Amino acid sequence: MPFDIPRNTAATKRSFLISNPSVLWFMGLLGLFTIGVTVLSEGFGLGLISTNLVKILGMTLCLCLIAIAMDVVWGYCGILSLGHFAFFGLGGYAIGMWLMYARTEINIRESLGRGTIPPTELEVSEAVAAQIFGVVGSSELPLIWSFAGSLPFQLAMVVLVPGLLALVFGWLAFRSRVTGVYLSILTQAMTLALSLYLFQNDTGLRGNNGLSGLQNIPGALHVPQAVISMWFFWASAFALGAGYLLFAWVVSGKFGSVIRAIRDNEARVRFLGYNVEGYKLFVFTITAIVSGIAGALYYPQAGIINPAEIAPIASIYLAVWVAIGGRGRLYGAVIGAAFVSLLSSWLTGGGAPNIDLGFYRIVWTDWWLVLLGLGFVAVTLFFPKGMGGLFDYLVRKKP
Amino acid sequence: MLRLMPRIATLCACLIALILVVPLRASAQIETPLQDALQTVQPLVASPSRATVPDMLAALIVADAPGTVAFLRAWSDREVYERPEDGLFFFAREGADRALVLIDIDTGEEIGVTSSREVNQIRPNAGVRREVGAALVQFELMNPDPARRIAALESIARSPDAEQAEALEIALEAEQDSAIALRMQRLLDLLNARFATETATRVDAIEGLRGDISTEARRALNQILQTRSDFGETLPEGTNVARVRVPGDDMALIAAYAVLADAGLVPERPGRNAIRDVLRANVVDGTVGGIPVHQLDTDEARRAAYLALQEAGTVAPLVTTADMEAAVAQYVFYDAYLEADPAVTGAARDALDSTRTRISVWQFLGISIDALSLASIFFLAAIGLAITFGVMRVINMAHGEFIMMGAYTGYVVQTVIPNYTTSLVIALPLAFAVTFAAGVLMERLVIRHLYTRPLETLLATFGISIALQQLAKNIFGTQARPLTAPDWLAGAIQVNDIVSVASIRVAIFVMAIGFLLMLLYILNRTRLGLEVRAVTQNPGMAASMGINPDRINMLTFGLGSGIAGVAGVAIGLVAQVTSEMGANYIVQSFMTVVVGGVGSVFGTLAGATLIGFLQKGIEWFNPANTLAAQTFMVLFIILFIQFRPKGIVALKGRAAGD
Repeated sequence: MPFDIPRNTAATKRSFLISNPSVLWFMGLLGLFTIGVTVLSEGFGLGLISTNLVKILGMTLCLCLIAIAMDVVWGYCGILSLGHFAFFGLGGYAIGMWLMYARTEINIRESLGRGTIPPTELEVSEAVAAQIFGVVGSSELPLIWSFAGSLPFQLAMVVLVPGLLALVFGWLAFRSRVTGVYLSILTQAMTLALSLYLFQNDTGLRGNNGLSGLQNIPGALHVPQAVISMWFFWASAFALGAGYLLFAWVVSGKFGSVIRAIRDNEARVRFLGYNVEGYKLFVFTITAIVSGIAGALYYPQAGIINPAEIAPIASIYLAVWVAIGGRGRLYGAVIGAAFVSLLSSWLTGGGAPNIDLGFYRIVWTDWWLVLLGLGFVAVTLFFPKGMGGLFDYLVRKKP
Repeated sequence: MLRLMPRIATLCACLIALILVVPLRASAQIETPLQDALQTVQPLVASPSRATVPDMLAALIVADAPGTVAFLRAWSDREVYERPEDGLFFFAREGADRALVLIDIDTGEEIGVTSSREVNQIRPNAGVRREVGAALVQFELMNPDPARRIAALESIARSPDAEQAEALEIALEAEQDSAIALRMQRLLDLLNARFATETATRVDAIEGLRGDISTEARRALNQILQTRSDFGETLPEGTNVARVRVPGDDMALIAAYAVLADAGLVPERPGRNAIRDVLRANVVDGTVGGIPVHQLDTDEARRAAYLALQEAGTVAPLVTTADMEAAVAQYVFYDAYLEADPAVTGAARDALDSTRTRISVWQFLGISIDALSLASIFFLAAIGLAITFGVMRVINMAHGEFIMMGAYTGYVVQTVIPNYTTSLVIALPLAFAVTFAAGVLMERLVIRHLYTRPLETLLATFGISIALQQLAKNIFGTQARPLTAPDWLAGAIQVNDIVSVASIRVAIFVMAIGFLLMLLYILNRTRLGLEVRAVTQNPGMAASMGINPDRINMLTFGLGSGIAGVAGVAIGLVAQVTSEMGANYIVQSFMTVVVGGVGSVFGTLAGATLIGFLQKGIEWFNPANTLAAQTFMVLFIILFIQFRPKGIVALKGRAAGD
């Protein structure tokens, strides 16, 4: 059964990759896909795939990455977190701050440098602040932007902000034994609080304007988007591959067995002497960090981030992807995220032909969400294993 | 002014007498009594001056013609025309081609068209108009109709004026109605506090305003306490100083220096930008003052370059902090009251201080009422959940969409039935029926299959919520639809200038209480309630007692959904009806139920009250920012659940279930 989830590799003592053939399959397909897109791209190949499509594919890879993180925390550990998209957004904000600050600084230095006298540091930072925050009626640089000009600092923030938030929140929640639907609602409340916070103009992240112009990379402003889009595509593919390996390894060993046991019967695991809270906290935090990294790769390709991206609904869509793809198997999450998000952008982007029924015209931009909602209900009711469950049939039908 | 008083009083008395007598005599009059009366004082009416107004008024009063007051008003508004050939007076309106249509002042009939060159418009000057105006105000204040008197008082309150005080004083003496007299007394105090000439009168008037929390009283007092900023070498004698400002302490040194520079007493201080501009203007061969241009990217280098230029005598000298301190030390900076009399400002300050405590008490009361209103909305939104989630332990993420469905039902009913009251009466039960049916349908088709998998119920109902939201968007469009309250619910109950509450909110509060009682009755006093509680505690045992758990679950879910629908109509009346309105309430509704304690109706009540008061309380500290209040509220709830995971009202024993 090459596609089945390995039950206990520690006991059988086989090597990780041999006991997890699905990882090899996935890596192979991802590699082929990446090479294929590169060969067909505008930037490095035949030009059959437009830059815009490359960006969409790259963004889809990032969504697949956060989907496997969601799968680990929900499908394997049983925590239905409705807050992982908030971590995704925080990662995006952290990198967006650097992108926006550094690019504005370059532009400002250029325009001030044209004067007879070179600008002082203070003049530059004041001009940058006025440019970035003019839209929310302020001209002062907020405290959280103090190190926005430093790429290493902001890269550290991509990991630290979601990680610390998840650590503190998870510690509070797991410590007081909040479980099940209560935990879901609590994480949703956290997401809501965060998005409301970011919606305010005076919190220093430009309110509902969000951060924009993120597709322009400081230091590579003259490089065409066709090339930049490929850089990010490769980075996203690499991150997805690395994330898949990491999580496949995490869930395959004894650790994986313990978190699955927590999902199935938390009390029993606790009675066996395991520190349930520690395991849950680790899973919650590591998946939050991976979500943050996925966000940091996603938003430079999207070009803009605003608080609406973080709204509770986004995290629920994430759960929808994973459920449709199939919980409890990493490739299921990837399939779900890729299938639903690509279908969604095809149908809502006007790519799909509308269907004329004679008495009524089905416009996909209007009916896609109805279809998704009802389809999702059907999946929950009739196919709890999701699309990934189809592989079980294939595999069993062989000999 | 005081000298004029008796004269105006006499005039007014006559005017009133005249008006009272007019109706009795009107029928017996010959055809043009007013015109005749006016002709007796023709020159005074045609070319008025302030000195002749009393004579003219006296003559008109003696003549006692009907319509005199209306004529005087029109006359002082420059709406009366004189025909030079015979000296007659007319009203007029504009006709075609800039011609004037003359109107007889007695009969009001149009009597012919003329060009504006053939008649003279009478233009009384400001002094005349004021005099006539005062007489007319007086007349209104002593009108026998109390409504007219009150209207006159309101018009004085809107635009207070020094001249009105005398008229008020006279009217106050004659006033019989004690409520109106009280209002007059207060207006008189307001006018005297600001405009009276004698200090004692003003202080007395201000004393009369002590403890008055109305906006107009506080506005009057604040107007007396207006200040201006000024400076001088010493504090000038006879200036009513509010406070002295110490530069560097409660006034920035640079600002103080700038004040002096603006007055031309000290040289301007070149700021950062000025220094840069000067340097820019003095670049010679790529250097400024001997320093290469490319090195001028720090403030120190620029300062050095500037000093070099200063040495050469080409630019204004820099001003150091020590210079500024020395310059500023020679002057006193202070705020002075515009009002020169310290006794008056002192009394006004005392009076304002005395109201402060009472104002905060009233404000607190106002916020409490707001909070109660918000709590009742939360309660209405959450009470349906308290049944489905609290009693049945079913997470229904589509609950918000049931609220929306109810609101749209109300909207549809309103488009069919134009009468708002009738449509509301029909919409409430109809919304219940629609959402009850939707709830039962959902329970039968979806939720029934997922009772053992609560997390999946959450997901499936969420799928339904997405679909319903988009359906509503497809049917009703994206823009907000109005749900209008009937007129009898449209107003507000005004307690005083600080506290007022919209009637619709009172109605929603009453409705919330009604739902609470109804639900308590159903759950605790009816057969259905008994069976619901039995099925909740132990479905198997309940079934063996002959209860059909399927039927009970269906009915309970329908009841919870139906209540959501009715809540939707109520919420639609205060908020806008959009396809997303339900989503806005869903998280807060779950919070309410969880904070209150799952499984208890009283818990939901407590949760809604806590959240409502909390949100309004936080808003009080930061009134401009509702978003911040919501953020902090959610954070508080997350922390609250840390310490009381089971909510405020935690069930114990068998009822607690799991």
